[in-house]
Formats: sequence, structure tokens, C-alpha cells
Amino acid sequence: MKVPTLLEMSSRGEKPEVVFWIGCAGSFDDRSKKITKAFVKILNNSNISFAVLGAEESCSGDPAKRSGNEFLFQIQALKNINSLNNYNVTDIVTTCPHCFNTLKNEYPELGGKYNVFHHSQFLKRLLLSGKLKVEGEKFKGKKITYHDPCYLGRANNEYKAPRELIEKLKANLLEMKNSKSNGLCCGAGGAQMFKEPEKGNKDINILRTEQALDTKPDIIAAACPFCNIMMTDGIKNKEKDVSVMDIAELIANAEDL
Amino acid sequence: MDILPNLLFSFILILAFYFFVNNIYKLYKNISLGKSVNRSDNRKKRILNMLCVAFGQSKMGAKPIAGILHIIVYVGFIIINIELLEIVVDGILGTHRIFADYMGELYNYLIGSFEILALLVLISVIFFWARRNILKIERFWKPEMKNWPKKDADLILYFEFIIMTLFLLMNSTDSLLQDNNYEGYVKAGFFPISDLLKPLFVSFDINYLFILERSFWWMHIILIFIFLNYLYYSKHLHILLAFPNTYYANLNIKGMFDIDKNITNEVKLMLGFENSNDQNDQVPDKFGASDVFDLNWVQLMNSYSCTECGRCSSVCPANLTGKKLSPRKIMMDTRDRLEEVGSNIFKNKGKFVSDNKQLLNNYITKEELWACTSCNACVEACPIEIDPLSIIMDMRKYLVMEKSEAPVDLNNMMSNIENNGAPWPFNNQDRMLWTKENN
Ligand code: SF4
Ligand code: SF4
Repeated sequence: MKVPTLLEMSSRGEKPEVVFWIGCAGSFDDRSKKITKAFVKILNNSNISFAVLGAEESCSGDPAKRSGNEFLFQIQALKNINSLNNYNVTDIVTTCPHCFNTLKNEYPELGGKYNVFHHSQFLKRLLLSGKLKVEGEKFKGKKITYHDPCYLGRANNEYKAPRELIEKLKANLLEMKNSKSNGLCCGAGGAQMFKEPEKGNKDINILRTEQALDTKPDIIAAACPFCNIMMTDGIKNKEKDVSVMDIAELIANAEDL
Repeated sequence: MDILPNLLFSFILILAFYFFVNNIYKLYKNISLGKSVNRSDNRKKRILNMLCVAFGQSKMGAKPIAGILHIIVYVGFIIINIELLEIVVDGILGTHRIFADYMGELYNYLIGSFEILALLVLISVIFFWARRNILKIERFWKPEMKNWPKKDADLILYFEFIIMTLFLLMNSTDSLLQDNNYEGYVKAGFFPISDLLKPLFVSFDINYLFILERSFWWMHIILIFIFLNYLYYSKHLHILLAFPNTYYANLNIKGMFDIDKNITNEVKLMLGFENSNDQNDQVPDKFGASDVFDLNWVQLMNSYSCTECGRCSSVCPANLTGKKLSPRKIMMDTRDRLEEVGSNIFKNKGKFVSDNKQLLNNYITKEELWACTSCNACVEACPIEIDPLSIIMDMRKYLVMEKSEAPVDLNNMMSNIENNGAPWPFNNQDRMLWTKENN
């Protein structure tokens, strides 16, 4: 798969329309890499000129900040801002709501001011501008329930874009008991992804998976690599035959990309 | 004319206000122990927010039954306060229903509507009590709701019940005295509800009736004075603090956490980015919060405003899965500790003398703090825009930046970020490996 870096592009004197911020999960985690690839396929198919930072990208600092390590967070943020500003980046799209939130809301005060899009928002724009067509009917009539990532939903009030994309697939969108501003976390946020859960009587991802399964879905749609991992684990635990797919994967799949 | 009752009333009135002002002053003092935070921007938006959320109770609709009952009690109490004004004036001057003279027919309708409201409040209070004690709605029976918080919640309902009942009894006997042209009891007011209580008293001797009416009148107003001074010790303080609480709420989008600008220059210098000419950089002498002094005053005000309704904890993913964390408890602990610190300072004549306790560990444990997913569900659910998450985050900051007491896994994650720029032990140079993998 050919993916240009900003370094390569700028050495050719070119500037991409948008920078694709991949995030650590999207770069290193096997499940999340599939989401990254699906999104790249859509970008290519829509003829979007984009570039990635490659080795110049570093953790956004979100897990450090939510753990309480403001120092490490600012080190990461300032490093990244330095890289992004070197290339005069103006527009960024990312498939990770945590990176999205941090870049969009927490970088400006530190000198990093960009138009930051979550990929669901970006895809919606492509759809509106006609650059992206969703015509495949693979998911027509399929029951899809959508899990709101906390850092896209409550944290940034974006509930619509992912749902509109699912509806574009002519799928049957189902809402869980807790959804939108009342959504229940998958259990990964606040750096929980990187630690064992505290003592309790259940894991959060199991509770959320149960809520998802209560809608009797064919597919659980997610819009965050961490939610995806959590829900996939939950499904495995419940030994159910339901797939967990990212919005980007759904669209790439529908269009046979 | 015997002026003894008037003097007595004035004395009680002054006493009640003296204690009330004293309580407010204590409240102000304690809240001022918090650090400064600038919330003076955006005045229009803040006023609007306060009108919507505190006055209009826009967030109570999320639970419709509780929302409607709450609105009735709230409106009831506010409107019946107009009557309270008259009672106070009557008490000082020794008059009977003094407003009637000035308001004519309108007065009758006002009193009539107060009575209907009083009945609705009574019914709502019974419903509230039943929800807590018969239906045993889960959020009212969590571990942090034992002892005083439970008693407090019930006491408030008893207060309201008795005050409203006395109001109706007072009106009922008053109207009987009016019917009998008892001296000093001018004809004034419609009594649609308390008329129904008249059969209880018709057979009474008129002088005895007079004593009854006076007793109800005195008990009613004294109970209100007591209730006024009870507020400070109760979750009921929210009827006052909900207003400043929503006015000074954090207006930023929920995902945006505070950035500590005090360390930015130091980090920049460390990274060799620029020679900072800003020498005024005040690196704080303590990061994060381990006690109430380290929190800002809005967080402290939040703790006094908390209604202990538990909406936050009932949507908290950690609490729902049996973890110790309860955002309501975070707020209750903060208030309890602040009270403790406040009386310590009072006892020691204006100076805090260490009691070898702090908010961290003595009240809020690390286990609670590390259970939070920072999902913002609690913040979203709170009907008066309290932010328990900000306290959790400040305390985590203290644990990590001052004590290096993060769970081992998180320490590993952070050293991975430090060394490789990713939370996992992967080499940063390998960020593009995925482009070379098939599938
Ligand atoms: S932010 Fe933390 S305390 Fe609040 S609901 Fe989520 S997990 Fe619970
Ligand atoms: S913080 Fe808000 S939601 Fe939670 S108990 Fe207090 S008032 Fe209720």
C-alpha cells in the first residue's frame, strides 16, 4: 500500500489537502491497522491528496494526560505541534477520537491550531461534496447498532455524522439502551486501555457488549480503535457471532475497496 | 395592644437571620479556601446557562417523573414565599393579613392559588418519600448514602411536609375565625383546600380556636426559620447554590481538559525549542490536588451544591460494574473534608493546624481514582452542572506528578511514550510497517 509521508511530499514541493493522523493504535495494533487501511482505501478512491507524518508522528499525549501526567502530555503535544507546524499543516483527519479530541481541543492553547476532523466527519463531507459515493448494497437491511465513543460523542458532541454514514448504507440502525449523550463507555478511556480494571463485579466492556447484543444486531459499528478492541473482546467473551466494524471499514467494504 | 408577641417575633426573626448570615459567611470563607480560577468571561452565555439549567431546570427532564415532581415542589416553595413576606410583616406589626388591604380581589386569588400549590407540594413530597423508602430506587441506596445523607434526605421531606401542613391548618383555623367575625380577623383570602379541613375544627370553642390558629401560625414560621438555617448542613443547600454553580460552570467543550500553562515554557526549554524570554513562568510548587486547598473554588462550591441525587453515579461505567468509584461520593467527600478543614480553621482562630489528614486516602482512595474512564457521563448527567471528573483528574495529577504513584501498568505505558512515542513498546521508526503488510 502506497502512502506518502509529509516529508516525501514536501521534498517534491507538494502540499496535501489533508494530513491523516493515524494514531498509535492505527499504526501498531493489528485490529486497528485494518481500520487505517480501510480509510486509506477510501481516501484513494475519492482522489483525496493526503499524507501521513510517518516516523514524525508521536503519541498525541492523550493517555499521559488522562493518567495525570501533564508534563509528558505537553512534551508529546509540543513535539507534535513542532512537526505539524514545520510543514504548515492546516487540516488533519484522524480515525482515533482520542487523538481527535486532543489535537482539536488541547493543542490550540499550546500553539497548534488546525482544522481537525474525525474520520466520520470527514467522510460525511466527502459524501456531501460528491467525492465519495456509497452505493454498494452489501449492508442493505442489516441490523447495525452504533456505539458512541465518549471522546467523539459527549466530549465533542458529534453524534450525527457516524449515524448518517450508517444510514447511507441502507442499513437498519439500532440504538442501544444508552446512546448518544447518554452513551456508556466501552471501558478503555482515561488510560484504562493500558491497565487492569479496578476491582468490581464485571468488566465495563462486557456490560456495554451486553447492551449492544440486546439490540440483536448483525454488526456492532464503532468509530474508535479502542472501542473496537473492547467490543471485539466483549463479543469473544460472549461467544457470539457478531462482527465489530469501524465506520470506515463498513464503507470500504460496501464499495468493495 | 399587647406588643409582647411582636417583640418576640422580631427577636426570633433577627436571630434567624443572624444565624443564616453567619452560615453564608462560613460558606463563603470555606469556598474561598480554593484556588483561583477565571470564570468571569462570557457573561451573557453564563447568565443564559444559569436561567436554563438552574432556574428552568432544563436537565431535570432526563428523568421525567422526578423532573415534574421537582418542578412542583420548587415552584410551590418559591411562590409560597410571597406569603411568607406577609407573615413576616404581620409578625412584626401585629397585623392580620396586611396585604389584603392593598391587593383587593387579587389577594383572594393569590391565597387560593397558594393553597392549591401547597397541596401539590404535599402530594409530591409523599411521592418523593415513597420513591426513596418504598420503591427504594437504587441510586438512593448506594453505600455513600448511609447515615447522615440518608437522614438528611428524609428530614428535608419531613420539613416540607410539616411546613405545608401547618400552612393549611393555619389557613383553615384563620378562615373559621373570619367566619365568626373574631376580633382582628378581617375577611380575606379564598381557601379552596383548607376549607376542606374546617370540619376538624368547627366544634371547637372560639377562644380555643384562636389559640390553635396562633399556634399553627407560630409553628409554621418558626419551622421555616429552622429550615433556613438547616440548609447549611444539608444537601438542600442546592436551592441557593444551584444558581452560582451553573453560572460559574465550565463552558468549554467536555473533551477539553485544563492545560497547565505554567509548565509549558519549561517543557519548551527542555525540548530545546525556543529560548523563552518569559521569565515570569510560575512553576507551581505542587501539581494536582491531595487536599481541598489544592482544588479551585468552583470545585469547592460544586461540593456544597451537590444534591446527592446520584444521577452521576447511576450512569458511571465504573460504578455500574461494581467498582468503588462513585462520582457522587467524590463530591460528598470533598464537602465533608472542606467542612472539617473549615471548622479546624475556625477553632484555631483563622489558621489551619495540620490534622494529619487529607482528601486523598482519608476520604478518596486511589482505587476510586484509578477506576475512572474519563467518559464525562457524570458531568453530562448532573442536573446542576457539577464536574466530579475535574476533581478526579486533579487528584490523579497529584498522584502521578508528585508521588509517582500510578499503577504499574500505567507507569509502563508512560515510559513507553517517553522512550518510543507510543504507549506500547514499539519502535517509532516502525510506524509505517502496516503499509507493507498485506490484508
Ligand atoms: S468520568 Fe469517571 S467518574 Fe465520571 S462517569 Fe465516567 S468513569 Fe465515572
Ligand atoms: S454531582 Fe450532580 S448528579 Fe452527582 S449527586 Fe451531585 S448533584 Fe447529583
